[in-house]
Amino acid sequence: MTELSPLDAAGVDAAVQAALAAFAAASTLDELKEARLAHTGDKAPLTLANRQIGGLEPSDKAAAGKAMGAARAAMGRALAARTAELEAERDARVLVEEAVDVTLPVSRQTPGARHPIETMQERMCDLFVSMGWEVAEGPEMEAEWFNFDALNFDPDHPAREMQDTFFIDPPSSGLLLRTHTSPVQVRAALERRDSLDEGRGIYVVCPGKTFRTDELDATHTPVFHQIEGLAIDKGLTMAHLKGTLDHFARALFGPDAITRLRPAFFPFTEPSAEMDLRCFVCGGDDAACRTCRGTGWIEWGGCGMTHPNVLRAAGIDPEKYTAFAFGMGIERTLMFRHNVTDMRDMVEGDVRFSQQFGMEI
Amino acid sequence: MPKIPLSWLAESVALVPDATPVDIATSLARVGLEEEGIHGSGVEGPLVVGRVMSLVKEEQSNGKTINYCRVDVGSHNDPEGPGHKPDNKVDYPSSKGIVCGAHNFVEGDWVVVVLPGATLPGPFPISGRKTYGHWSDGMICSSKELGLGDDHSGIIVLTEMGFDASELTPGQDAIALLGLDEKTIEINVTPDRGYSFSIRGVAREYGHATGASFTDPAGLPVSGEAGEGFPILIEDEAPVRGNVGCDRFVARIVRGFDPSASSPTWMKTRLEAAGMRSISLAVDVTNYVMLELGQPLHAYDLATLTAPIVVRRARPAESIVTLDDATRVLHGEDLLITDSLGGHAERAIGIAGVMGGALTEVSESTTDVLLEGAHFDPISVARTARRHKLGSEASRRFERAVDTALPPVAVQRAANLLVELGGGVIEEVYTDVDNVPAVEPIEMDWDFPSRIVGVPYTAEQVIDSLEQVGCQVERDGEVLIITRPTWRADLEGPINLVEEVARLQGYEGLPSVLPVAPPGRGYTHSQLVRKSVARSLAEAGLTQVLTYPFISEARLDEVMLPADDVRRDVIRLANPLSAEQPLLRTAILETLVDAVKVNLGRGAQDVALYETGRAYLGRLVGAIPATYSGTSITPDDVEALNEAIPGQVRRVAGVMAGNRVSAGWDGHATPWRWTDAMAMVEKVERACGVVLEISNEAGERQSTAPFHPGRVAVYRLEGQIVGVAGEVHPKVCENLGLPARTVAFELLLDPLIDESEGVLVTASPVSGQVLAKEDFAFVVPDSVTAGSLVDAVISAGDGLVEDARVFDVYTGEQIGEGKKSLAINVRMRDADHTLSADEVLEVRNAIIAEAGEKFGAVLR
Repeated sequence: MTELSPLDAAGVDAAVQAALAAFAAASTLDELKEARLAHTGDKAPLTLANRQIGGLEPSDKAAAGKAMGAARAAMGRALAARTAELEAERDARVLVEEAVDVTLPVSRQTPGARHPIETMQERMCDLFVSMGWEVAEGPEMEAEWFNFDALNFDPDHPAREMQDTFFIDPPSSGLLLRTHTSPVQVRAALERRDSLDEGRGIYVVCPGKTFRTDELDATHTPVFHQIEGLAIDKGLTMAHLKGTLDHFARALFGPDAITRLRPAFFPFTEPSAEMDLRCFVCGGDDAACRTCRGTGWIEWGGCGMTHPNVLRAAGIDPEKYTAFAFGMGIERTLMFRHNVTDMRDMVEGDVRFSQQFGMEI
Repeated sequence: MPKIPLSWLAESVALVPDATPVDIATSLARVGLEEEGIHGSGVEGPLVVGRVMSLVKEEQSNGKTINYCRVDVGSHNDPEGPGHKPDNKVDYPSSKGIVCGAHNFVEGDWVVVVLPGATLPGPFPISGRKTYGHWSDGMICSSKELGLGDDHSGIIVLTEMGFDASELTPGQDAIALLGLDEKTIEINVTPDRGYSFSIRGVAREYGHATGASFTDPAGLPVSGEAGEGFPILIEDEAPVRGNVGCDRFVARIVRGFDPSASSPTWMKTRLEAAGMRSISLAVDVTNYVMLELGQPLHAYDLATLTAPIVVRRARPAESIVTLDDATRVLHGEDLLITDSLGGHAERAIGIAGVMGGALTEVSESTTDVLLEGAHFDPISVARTARRHKLGSEASRRFERAVDTALPPVAVQRAANLLVELGGGVIEEVYTDVDNVPAVEPIEMDWDFPSRIVGVPYTAEQVIDSLEQVGCQVERDGEVLIITRPTWRADLEGPINLVEEVARLQGYEGLPSVLPVAPPGRGYTHSQLVRKSVARSLAEAGLTQVLTYPFISEARLDEVMLPADDVRRDVIRLANPLSAEQPLLRTAILETLVDAVKVNLGRGAQDVALYETGRAYLGRLVGAIPATYSGTSITPDDVEALNEAIPGQVRRVAGVMAGNRVSAGWDGHATPWRWTDAMAMVEKVERACGVVLEISNEAGERQSTAPFHPGRVAVYRLEGQIVGVAGEVHPKVCENLGLPARTVAFELLLDPLIDESEGVLVTASPVSGQVLAKEDFAFVVPDSVTAGSLVDAVISAGDGLVEDARVFDVYTGEQIGEGKKSLAINVRMRDADHTLSADEVLEVRNAIIAEAGEKFGAVLR
């Protein structure tokens, strides 16, 4: 075979074309490597032709050098382009080959969860804290004085009888399991009464566990949770109570929540009211509705203007200050906000119940 | 709670035309009388008047005789002909065929027939059926079957019931005829509204709710005059809470009463609808008047009484046989009605306001009746009723206070009814011992209701509302002088009058104004930390549950508490729900383990739970005062009182059983181990911002139960035990039915939270110098704990050791008996320069020297 002359323009061009064709034909990086060695390696015609330049006539050297440079540049560009193409193909293929089944289970650790009674309580407290109220707490095993006397329960009030209240043995101990979180209202008022003298009203919510001697069934539990609110300030009226309850109801049940107050009796408030919510299920339009028993309203909690005797018990002058209070059951709220139909699900400790709710409510 | 028949209600107040029972209930709810149910008679059509055309007695093989009757039921009759199978052999006139087992009627009698398709109370649906060889199209009814009383001795014969045959036609609707179309509303009467325990009170309230005109059924005139009637004395020598037990006693005699007269159907129907049984005319009349006016009455057989009647407290060991034939041993606080048979006030004839005695009750031969209408102290009656578990219609009313003006009126009403229905004559002169004090007027600024309620009522609105509820109101400038009506003893002060104004003007008119609270302090440190604790445990894979804090005596043994353990200082309930669980838990784990079993029982294999809450333990330090001087409590009182309430520190506890990581396509299962329990404690420590001391040493009266004594960590804060974690004792697992190697932890939260309260983290600069790492493998005696060795390593580093961590523990032949190798990775760094090789070596040597000196450790 005769060697290619660097001055053979047609031959050089043909060799370049042959190289470009070989690069283009390579379908893998290995084939491209072979083609590169064949066309640009030590034994390749153009490499050999290039070596001849030194031996050429000086007048031909420039032209030959230029032709060979152009030839090498063309092959270099083609080689780089093809390499990039084939590398991209290879990378794409690897990513496809490495694909996994993302529907396989990814965690073998069961997730935990909060109990919705607690998260509901926290959500309620968050709302009031955002309004400048504070969260007050107190003991669950409580002195009878705080649970009853301070709250204007006459010593002969039927609630003091054993059918409702868990008393600590011996009954002469004067201790019981609190039947409501209202004793915390009195404690909170006692602790904060100095702030009234400084011209700042007292606004607190009292969440917590409460106890009554009801047997567990679908709608009753002997251990349950309440949140109560108490506001003491100059010039507070029932209109402020209604405004607070409306705000609370809308925060929990949406902007369309409608509330109603209706006269009731509690020893610690006067005037007193029951607070109803418009039935979510029927909106008051179904006389056969099972949720509201056709009344159109669901009882949510009790409320009223704090009785002057309660303020006096906490050392607050009812001539100077007025106060309102309200209380709701957390379980009850969960029942109708989340359609919990059986109280037992909340108390039996089956994790599947809590897990439906996760970390927030 | 009272059941109000609507026809009765309508006698005293004009019901809104076309108002349904639900409408009426809604109106009553507006003024505070909550509906508890709407009831009917339970009889639903067709119930008709029938006339017995023929009656054939047929003896049956079981010895009974039945009547096959053809009854004319008018438009409901079958056409003339052979009748329904199997009675198709004979041609009958137009009628219905009915089998009846009663024998107190004859051909031609007017009876009540329930036809197929109807329902009787029960509910018992009625259909045609084959019986005793006949087709029977329904039943001929007795009073009992219709819910009209207990009389089941025979069927109703309408003419014997007082109906005139000329008024009756076959096929006529008997539901209306017998008053069975009555609807009743059961309402809940709150303790302050005793007067609503009557038609009178509810009617007045309905008037308030709707503006309907009210006619007071107590507005009848009292005949004759008060004077020397039957002698009555009130001799209360031991008033309860300073109140004489009886402040009014009216006694009036009706003579010549017909003891055989029976109560009319309308009265029986109403009594039944109101939830009372018909007994005899005299008793029915007193009950009827009580339901109508709210005044409990008692009828005595005058012939059995010996004057004078004396109201007094019971004597020691005294007893009485009450109307229900029970012998009741009395308490010195029980108020009695006595007569003077055998001496002055010697014989108890009734427990005042609660229940009458058996000896003096009216009987079938009573012709002269003494009617008692009295007013008793609510507290005295309430205590007696509760003491004897004897809540009666009378006591329920007296407890809630009865109108002090009612006794003469109610007695008159009852006497009138007795005479009207049973004949006889009311004695002109009656006894009225009246020691009721005059009602004290209440002064109130006319705008006080507006200031409390937030609605700008006019003076006229205020006065009008108060007058509507029965108050007398006088105005003196800005002040109203208000005298409450005798039936509203609950109106004690201005604040009670505010409620009256608010509810009569309507709660629905209240504006909604959101008050602006002063800027608050946000959550307390404790509240923030507890939320963080609860959240970190849930995020670590534990599920929060809330268990009841009640435990059995046996539980303390099941968790293997030693006799002297502090957790044996239990608090006991005086009245537990279950006698099995009379104690309050002394640790959360004592009840949390039950939730584990619930989950395992429902098919769970791996369970990881936690609970935040309280346990209750300690020794009662003595009685806590029930009252405080004056009306208020002092801060010192509060402190003393808090001291006296036993411990109920907040805690957190967790239990884990089964696998922490389950087996899967990408790996093996990992069980929950004691280390995981301790890791949970670390999370709590982090959330609380404290570091606890760890050891395996129990404390005085603080055992490591219920844990495995070799696999338990005891946590201390400043020397006080604040928690434990580890593996549950194998025997406890067995006792409680927990899976083997269940792990758990329990920590007191409050002390941990208090420890970090107000503590601010002082930030150290983060060094950017190059880290130096050194590994050591120390051979130490078995007794040396990893923690103490690491502590020594850190202290030897003199501030240069950033972190030291055991990464391998090895025991084996190479090391020798009684020894172990602990491999420790130490990271060193200085704040201001990169440690040189010499400096690192110096630290290394110091560490080796310290470990050798303290623990006899040698490098492996």
